[in-house]
Amino acid sequence: MEKRAITSSILFKNAKVIDPFQEKMYDTDILVDKGKIQKLSKNISEKEAREQIDLKGLHVAPGFVDLHVHFREPGYENSETIETGCRAALAGGFTKVCCMPNTDPAIDTRETVRFIYEKAENEIVDVYPIAAVTKGRKGAELTEMVELAEAGAVAFSDDGAPIKNAQLMRFVLEYSKITGKPVINHAEDSQLKANGIMNEGVVSTQLGISGNPGIAEQIMIDRDLRLAEFVNARIHIPHVSTAGSVELIRQAKAKGLTVTAEATPHHFSLNDEYMRSFDANGKVSPPLRADEDRLAIIAGLKDGTIDAIATDHAPHIYDTKETSLDMASYGMIGLETAFALAMTNLVHKEALTLMELIKLLTVKPAALMQLPLPIFEKGAEANFTIFNPDEWWVFSRKNIYSKSYNSPFIGSEFTGRVKGVFAKGHYVTI
Amino acid sequence: MNLSIKHLFGLEGVPKEDIDSILDTAFSFREVLERPIKKVPTLKGVTVVNLFFENSTRTRISFELAEKRLSADTVNFSAASSSLTKGESLRDTIQNLFAMKMDVVVMRHPVPGSVKLLAQFVDAVIINAGDGTHEHPTQALLDMMSMKEKYGSLNGLNVAIIGDIRHSRVALSNIFGLKTMGANVLLCGPPTFIPYGAESLGVKVTYNLDEALEFADVVNILRIQRERQGKGQIPSLREYRNVYGVTQQRLSKLKRPITIMHPGPINRGVEVDSDVADSEHSIILHQVLNGVAVRMSILYLLAGGR
Repeated sequence: MEKRAITSSILFKNAKVIDPFQEKMYDTDILVDKGKIQKLSKNISEKEAREQIDLKGLHVAPGFVDLHVHFREPGYENSETIETGCRAALAGGFTKVCCMPNTDPAIDTRETVRFIYEKAENEIVDVYPIAAVTKGRKGAELTEMVELAEAGAVAFSDDGAPIKNAQLMRFVLEYSKITGKPVINHAEDSQLKANGIMNEGVVSTQLGISGNPGIAEQIMIDRDLRLAEFVNARIHIPHVSTAGSVELIRQAKAKGLTVTAEATPHHFSLNDEYMRSFDANGKVSPPLRADEDRLAIIAGLKDGTIDAIATDHAPHIYDTKETSLDMASYGMIGLETAFALAMTNLVHKEALTLMELIKLLTVKPAALMQLPLPIFEKGAEANFTIFNPDEWWVFSRKNIYSKSYNSPFIGSEFTGRVKGVFAKGHYVTI
Repeated sequence: MNLSIKHLFGLEGVPKEDIDSILDTAFSFREVLERPIKKVPTLKGVTVVNLFFENSTRTRISFELAEKRLSADTVNFSAASSSLTKGESLRDTIQNLFAMKMDVVVMRHPVPGSVKLLAQFVDAVIINAGDGTHEHPTQALLDMMSMKEKYGSLNGLNVAIIGDIRHSRVALSNIFGLKTMGANVLLCGPPTFIPYGAESLGVKVTYNLDEALEFADVVNILRIQRERQGKGQIPSLREYRNVYGVTQQRLSKLKRPITIMHPGPINRGVEVDSDVADSEHSIILHQVLNGVAVRMSILYLLAGGR
């Protein structure tokens, strides 16, 4: 990865722009000056710029947005920091990310929200903190949501800790309406999950591994949707993992609820067969599900039931993964592989068009988190990702920029690769 | 006689030829065990470590005896699973032990898949002595040896496994092995003890004990873990006995005698009555002796040529 500050002008020749705002694709040259798009047209003369980059064969889209990452700072800097997380984001073509508050201390005060912004101030990636819903993520007392929103929190979530108490969840949804920010509840009934390590199904039965049933997720989503409907509040469902969950969200949308949802690349790329390897990198929460669940998620991405692809990038230092399955941490890194997995498993398999994928990575997540996303026109801030949709490559350790390498995709073959990013006046080549 | 497998992680996917070889060799070792001098020099110079992260008396003694009968050098390492959570990681424990050069490791661990993890860290022959609720292959092999001893062949034999199938490594290994050998397997227990989609294992399932006994040539009765009571899976041991206890009264209704097996230790008067466990149709003590023979066979076939 090479990062360069471009203080004057740079001309990107022969780009194929994918504009998800207008749903248009066109060939053009892009002249960027002082971090802004100065000109968008064919055959811009190279004399107009200090420097020229030929993008022949490459596509350009707005910088990707990931509304669910874990950057582990403060508190778990041995697994990731905001700096290393931003590096991983750039490698994956993401220029905006929302980071979860399961840090130590949790992001539950104005000071911790500001800490994230200050730490990320000089990064090329914009990092937006999601604040905790309850103090210390303990599921008891509400955080000062209005103040947190004013300090810059873009959403509220206790992340991996589901809000078990239905009345508290009702109050959370009601109170959050003052802020207009989405509430995100990790949808899982803890009792039904019990000590489940993987999806409960025929594979868990064959492996003798304790199962976490899909209904543990569906029951919680059903509860939350009913509460959101009753109090007429916004809700966002993270990392949807089962066919039943997709159907619940589809029905809620049809009824007119203001519900949004995300799915992760690992849930649309892998199924619970992966656990036959007993590899702890496949231990995620919610777990990898059956293939019919995977296919239902893809259908949900296609028909708009699911609004965004989010990585749930969850770095863990190696020794918390190279251990027995019960002790291993939940989660996998995902920023570096998200686009390649989506191209390989969705676009090249003709489940989604390239335009549909780009919308799921840009305008749709940005809209639901109310993030500013520069449109593609003259005078706008230059913030875009450059990729080759057809490049074949093998993902290896050296392609990982995160501080941790807990990925089950090391050694996987992909078609589609992020090549570079332009953001905040910096040109980054991967 | 070479096996296609290099380690014994479990019986899933182990070919019939391998199981035949293991059982045939075990019968030869059974003869050694009947001799006045029960020791052979087969594994002289081979170092075996018995790595037990979970309490076990029978399995550990059976392995240790098998190793000693084969003249191997043995080292025992026992650690309750709780000591792992407070200090040294599994990986550190294992790497420290193997820095001292071991040839074979026999491991019991409370978590499924731990033996596979072990294989990533050490270059040794690995034998699974039970990994959580996953597999317990040597138990299933000694069970199959005992059935073969009685019936000559496993092909077409009707075997009912009764009890807490959901939490049983013994059941899972038996199912994999017995299916490979052509036996018919029926699982019986309360629905809270039957795992999700159990039929996908290629077995039949019934909640009715009399139906299971009617079907069976052999019943393999699993030990009821007393701690299951009070967790909502069964209301009481008393009710379990009334519905799923194998008693003379139930057996007397059958047209033919059936063979009684149990991996031990027995809860007498719970899953099986004393007079059934001690009857002429019980082969429970044969299982124990065959356990040593089968473990000698595995050790010899996997480590003998090293």
